Amino acid sequence: MEHLDYELPSRPQPHRREPLLVGVVGSGNCELLLEGGPPADRCRISIKTSAHGFAPIWTAVVADFAARAAAGGLQIEINDVGATPAVVSLRLDQAIEAWEESANV
Amino acid sequence: MNAPLHLPWDSLRRRRDGRLARAKALGLDKNVPAERVVQLLETVIEPGDRVCLEGNNQKQADFLARALAKVDPQRVHDLHLVQSVVALAEHVALFEQGIARELDFSFSGPQGTRLAALVGDGKIRINAIHTYLELFARYFVDLTPNVALIAAEAVDDEGNLYTGPNTEDTPAIVEATAFKNGIVIAQVNERRQTLPRVDIPAGWVNYVVVAPKPNYIEPLFTRDPALISEIQVLMAMLVIKGIYAEYGVKSLNHGIGFDTAAIELLLPTYGESLGLKGKVCTHWALNPHPALIPAIEAGFVQSVHSFGSELGMERYVAARPDVFFTGADGSLRSNRAFCQAAGHYACDLFIGSTLQIDLAGNSSTATKGRITGFGGAPNMGADARGRRHESAAWLKAGTEAAQGAQHGAAAMPRGRKLVVQMVETFREHMAPAFVERLDAWDLAAPMGLANPPVMIYGDDVTHIVTEEGIANLLLCRDLAEREQAIRGVAGYTEVGLGRDRAKVEELRARGVIRRAEDLGIARRMASRDLLAARSVKDLVHASGGLYNPPSRFRNW
Repeated sequence: MEHLDYELPSRPQPHRREPLLVGVVGSGNCELLLEGGPPADRCRISIKTSAHGFAPIWTAVVADFAARAAAGGLQIEINDVGATPAVVSLRLDQAIEAWEESANV
Repeated sequence: MNAPLHLPWDSLRRRRDGRLARAKALGLDKNVPAERVVQLLETVIEPGDRVCLEGNNQKQADFLARALAKVDPQRVHDLHLVQSVVALAEHVALFEQGIARELDFSFSGPQGTRLAALVGDGKIRINAIHTYLELFARYFVDLTPNVALIAAEAVDDEGNLYTGPNTEDTPAIVEATAFKNGIVIAQVNERRQTLPRVDIPAGWVNYVVVAPKPNYIEPLFTRDPALISEIQVLMAMLVIKGIYAEYGVKSLNHGIGFDTAAIELLLPTYGESLGLKGKVCTHWALNPHPALIPAIEAGFVQSVHSFGSELGMERYVAARPDVFFTGADGSLRSNRAFCQAAGHYACDLFIGSTLQIDLAGNSSTATKGRITGFGGAPNMGADARGRRHESAAWLKAGTEAAQGAQHGAAAMPRGRKLVVQMVETFREHMAPAFVERLDAWDLAAPMGLANPPVMIYGDDVTHIVTEEGIANLLLCRDLAEREQAIRGVAGYTEVGLGRDRAKVEELRARGVIRRAEDLGIARRMASRDLLAARSVKDLVHASGGLYNPPSRFRNW
């Protein structure tokens, strides 16, 4: 299991809520856990992956995500279970969407 | 003036008659008992014969294949197999035992690795890998079988054959063999007093044997909707809105796989919401894919002609004769040769998946250590340069090709077939679908080929679709633009990360690359909820209980 940790600049996420779990482990799906914590203009992302040697790819995936999404102030854990970059990118976008839809504020 | 030649003009016929006489002398008549079939083969097959052992990616003359693998290699050897598929262990065993030596074929999916090993050991000479239609064509030119071993469903008292829904390659093989002094031997599942219909007339068949077990049929085209991913749903949305609606694609062929199954299952939901019913996907060259049931039931589909059948679809097909080609008995009549011709000449679009695409758009499923072949894909995934009839989709693609000026802007106006490759940028285990150099380059030499085994040539591909968007290669003005258009949809692969970002944005502004958002598709809407059926059980329900899936797909 490889652990990759990133802290990246991102637009502040205006909504607050309890931790949110998105996706299902298994069936090519990947599981994401979102929670508050980091400074408002920083996004922390940690990836646990069974496939070794793909750090440059995941670096590019999370950099693009942090640049396009309002993920500042969020800590995101990704448990990929062999998911492809396409699945992870889509799941990240869906996670931000779900966070905003079900936010308390 | 030359003296007239006095050639023995009927030597081949006399040779065939000699074989038949040898068998007769042993008491072997048209109806051969199963236990004497090895003896029959040893009697009528001669060393060096061209033999077609019927089998493709669906039905297999498996009893005759096993019998051929049991002949005495002292008597029967150095055969030249000319057949669609090398799929069974027995096919490979023929080469291991020296019964066969040469091979001309189309596809070898399951035996690809063993075939590569045999080439390495010098036990097999592969002359060429063909498309199905190309191989059938050569049966009538320079690869005519001396002996054809075929499979049918039933025989009647006169010796006529009924193939059932899986007619497939049989008519093409028998036509070439029976009418050029060859011998046709059929395995059948049963004898019946009367047949539902005659698919092969008695006079074209020399021997019939009732096999102890029904011939094997692979349910190759069944895809469980439960395994379709959200990424496949997203790509299907891109194809439906960005290509089918854009060009008004009415006639088409879909390759095998989950990517295209997702399209089929989105037609009655997403396609309907775009108002596309009756405007796209009305006429198909396609096997009876279970995934097409919801679109048929929704009234999307007017006609389907099939290469073969699909296990479990028999009753459904028989109940939809307006859509499928059926005999007076109600069962499907498939025909691989005609359907390949239909897919090549009469369809506006082919879409399929592949394993590797290079920077010029060349694609191949040949990867290191495996010799596979491509079946029918190169046939349908190629511009039909002999096509003359016009359609809206064909004309629009031709106009775009002229804009791209790949053939010179001032050239004679002509249409173009749409050839679409649909891939997720990474396959399983993070294998990239986009590569700088195809593995095919390294396979040519060991296979004894002068050129790399390419499935679809880049200059035939018009669109590449990935989760990142659609690259329209017709609109590319030169090879450098084509390369950037491909890099621009190649995601986080090395090829994708190597893109010229400014050039890719320019191509996007010109509509050469179109992202989901450029087409008004919200990526987050890509949900499995859009699938018209989300399980095999849903498909059974959609068919009104007529679809009867094989047991391996019944998980409820």
